[in-house]
Amino acid sequence: MLTIRSLRSYYESICALKAVSLHIQKGEIVTLIGANGSGKSTLLNSIAGLMPKTKGTIQFEDTEITNLSSSAIVKLGIALVPEGRQLFFPMNVMDNLILGTYPFYTFRNKKNLYNKIDRIFDLFPALVDRKKQLAGTLSGGEQQMLSIARALMSEPKLLLMDEPSVGLAPKIVESIFQTLILLQKQTGLTIFLVEQNAKLALNISQRGYVIETGQIILSGEKEELMNNKEVIRAYLGKE
Amino acid sequence: MPVWNEKYETMKRDELEQVQLERLQQTLNRVYRRVSYYQNLFNKISFDPDTISTLGDLKKIPYTSKDTLRLAYPYDMFAVPLREVVRMQSTSGTTGQPLIVGYTKNDIEHWTELTARVLYAGGVTKDDIIQICFPYGLFTGGIGFHYGAEKIGASVIPGSEADMENQIIIMRDYRTTAFACAPTYAAQLFEVMNEKGITPAELSLSKGLFGAEPWNESFRKEIEEKLSISVTDNYGLTEIIGPGVSFECDHKNGLHISEDHFIPEIIDPDTGSVLGPGEKGELVLTTITKEAYPLIRYRTGDLTCLYYEPCTCGRTLIKMGKIFERIDDMIILNGQNMFPSQFEQILTEAIGTAPKFQLVIDKKETLDELEIQVEISGDFFFDEMKKLAELEITIIKEVKERLDFIPKVKLVEPRTIKRGMKKAKVIDKRYK
Repeated sequence: MLTIRSLRSYYESICALKAVSLHIQKGEIVTLIGANGSGKSTLLNSIAGLMPKTKGTIQFEDTEITNLSSSAIVKLGIALVPEGRQLFFPMNVMDNLILGTYPFYTFRNKKNLYNKIDRIFDLFPALVDRKKQLAGTLSGGEQQMLSIARALMSEPKLLLMDEPSVGLAPKIVESIFQTLILLQKQTGLTIFLVEQNAKLALNISQRGYVIETGQIILSGEKEELMNNKEVIRAYLGKE
Repeated sequence: MPVWNEKYETMKRDELEQVQLERLQQTLNRVYRRVSYYQNLFNKISFDPDTISTLGDLKKIPYTSKDTLRLAYPYDMFAVPLREVVRMQSTSGTTGQPLIVGYTKNDIEHWTELTARVLYAGGVTKDDIIQICFPYGLFTGGIGFHYGAEKIGASVIPGSEADMENQIIIMRDYRTTAFACAPTYAAQLFEVMNEKGITPAELSLSKGLFGAEPWNESFRKEIEEKLSISVTDNYGLTEIIGPGVSFECDHKNGLHISEDHFIPEIIDPDTGSVLGPGEKGELVLTTITKEAYPLIRYRTGDLTCLYYEPCTCGRTLIKMGKIFERIDDMIILNGQNMFPSQFEQILTEAIGTAPKFQLVIDKKETLDELEIQVEISGDFFFDEMKKLAELEITIIKEVKERLDFIPKVKLVEPRTIKRGMKKAKVIDKRYK
């Protein structure tokens, strides 16, 4: 579904990704593990069209999206749940969700979009009572759910998630991950997950990649990565 | 058409090449970080692993030779600390320094998967009783196939090096349906069967998996007819992983290389230039999943060629031709590796001066035979029959002791051995 070949991304003259290649198949949950500053977010931002300087190729289904604009990429079916949620705090939950449909929003299909919100609320029942509440007043967990819900409003085929567990209580993280599994099973959604909480992320994934200073150094099925002592030591926190 | 791993063995070529590129880049990043030899090499030639953007870029990296591995003995080529290594295997060390190859937990898993592919393609299923007649121990043959056969779920008999008679009795009584061994071992088994008056009809055998040494089609035909079994070939080498690098499917016309784990190339052994499809040259392999002992562009010393035409078995993995020759002068006699230099040494010690000799290899029935022809110059033998006989015996004894093979010795008149340009004084009549 997504095929990345020898991708390079730069911040000014600093090369943050060095010949990164990976692929994600339809219906998979794939995790990217790496330390702070290893290039995880840069990779997601590159896929989402947020990095101005990239080389190499990113192919999504049959389209090369390497130099497309973010909005064009969203229209093709890729949505990003950004690091730190990036909600519009002074706006309420409903408005934040509607913003998720921005590339498709027309006066005519407005009604459809509101129907979609109702379906999304089924996945995140906690948000139902908060419809009119300002996003900034939500708890961390609710904000994360809203951020995911907003991404789902564009009906993506591929969901990119940047550290959804950061700053959340373990219980809430677990419920968010349960929702992801549910999404994958029910709708066949493909998910590319970037996480520091490697153990949790690998658990719900089929495959994973390990990134170190802008280079992929290892990949494999979930079990292979969990077998790798280096991964265990560096990212799973036990030996 | 039995395919063990549908996903990888029948993967579309473009997807497979993506997997190869990803794994190659990861391997290069790892060896550059962890293996001092590769780090020094890359620095010396100012090569940055990041510049590998396509599979074709692999050409930018120099070859790794067996000598490099010898210099790194014992652990310098390892890419992980020893505490991550769960197994060691070793090459035979025919020419001196044996090599130690380490495996991590994942390497063992992959190896198991690879030998399972070999066995499954050869027709082995969970309903089979398979007798592994490769030596268990440092040699990779026994234990490598053992794990793969268990993974398939076959009933495994670790026959190892049990004596022939015993092996046949086990085969008959346990109702063995498949066996894995070196082809000459199979030939010997058949001879012992004949001696003991055991007929193939008394056995339940239906398939044989031969590897570890060259063998040809007429041998296949012979064994298949005599034992009424189906025989497939497989190839591997300890440095790369052991058995499981490539294997025949039931079309028996070339060995599929497990390209999701190894990238094959064929090169001109003299110039080092990469050759095209169908061209015969030295097989060069790059491991792309090995964790403990990754090798980049390793020169195997084996001569073959690569075929890219799709196989009707459904596998998309390319095929290599059966291997009959090596680029060095290593000779394999009944599964034993040996070099002319070793004979030279033995003869020098026996005669006292550097000998003029040649090795004539032939096949009698199914077994390899070797005749050592040595020129005896007049100045130190005085037509004494007794001394000549003694010399013959000494040579046979030494060869038997050091190389585990009983040769024939023929002492010849001076200047009867033709001097060729080639260094190797080997005449191999087996595959002609």
